[in-house]
Amino acid sequence: MTRAARSLTPFAQGVRDGLPFLAALAPFGLLFGVAATEAGLGFGAAMGFSAGVIAGASQFTAVSLMGDGAPALIVVVTALAVNLRMAMYSAALAPHIGAAPVWKRALAAYVLFDSVYACAAQAYPRHPEWSVRDRMLYFAGAAGPAVPMWLAVTAVGSVLGATIPAWLALDFAAPICFLAMVAPGLRTLPQVAAAVTSVAGALLLAWVPYSLGLLVAAALAMAVGAEVERRWAKA
Amino acid sequence: MGQGVTVWGVILALGVGTFLIRFSFLGLLGRRPLPEWVLRHLRYTGVAVLPGLVAPLAIWPAATGGQTDPARLLAALATVAVGVWSRSVLGAMGAGAGVLYAVLALALAGWG
Repeated sequence: MTRAARSLTPFAQGVRDGLPFLAALAPFGLLFGVAATEAGLGFGAAMGFSAGVIAGASQFTAVSLMGDGAPALIVVVTALAVNLRMAMYSAALAPHIGAAPVWKRALAAYVLFDSVYACAAQAYPRHPEWSVRDRMLYFAGAAGPAVPMWLAVTAVGSVLGATIPAWLALDFAAPICFLAMVAPGLRTLPQVAAAVTSVAGALLLAWVPYSLGLLVAAALAMAVGAEVERRWAKA
Repeated sequence: MGQGVTVWGVILALGVGTFLIRFSFLGLLGRRPLPEWVLRHLRYTGVAVLPGLVAPLAIWPAATGGQTDPARLLAALATVAVGVWSRSVLGAMGAGAGVLYAVLALALAGWG
């Protein structure tokens, strides 16, 4: 940490740490808007997802399953499974900001993106001198700019989506986004084992109706990842 | 109309559910530490769902009527390879898009 950075307020530090992630959020949100249009959703529904759910990977999951005609219950359960990791973020942040007023914690929960968690989890241990209020200000700085950005790029993608010709193959935008999000994490044996199980399970169970095969494959993959980690840690 | 109601039902259920997951320990459960075995499973939620969601789309894309398409398959492989190698989400996205369009263009030029 440089001396210049120390003199920044917690809010400004949050903004600075969150900025690089905005660059990644822009194409992702744009593609979500396009994918929503591809799946037959109107502008209102695309914005409803980005404002109400505000969690990119699960939004993509929901929209691609809806495009496949999966039943609503399966869509919701599978997309929520994608978001389960956020319970871990919530638990990790609770010791740092758990003492803030409940409305602030609710706001923070609403915008608890992967990137905001990553920023906060690094910054809080580095700044033991911060008060709870300082920590919430940092959080607001890291998360704040992401929200209008996310909504704006969704809107642009949704409007452009209908005008984009088929040869641009935008049906494949969402798959590329998913793989791009997962691949950088495939550095350990348990991660690779979980990913391989997920792929093999989904392909072998593709015949199961209502996209249920994916849920079964995901549950298996989670168990495989956890089990390999347990044995790997012992070894 | 019926479809519209379902779409908003999904948005509402997913929105409320996602908020409750995020608010869980911050708001409702306090500072109780998660048992190690739960944490161990939660670590793999993303990597357990997303590759499985993509695999059928890469191998049997709806856009080609379920026929395996070299452009989409190679783009998927390139995205994973560059993502693992560079650890960069944006780099992986760029590689995937680049390979997708390169192979589609080759096919258009009469190679496919």
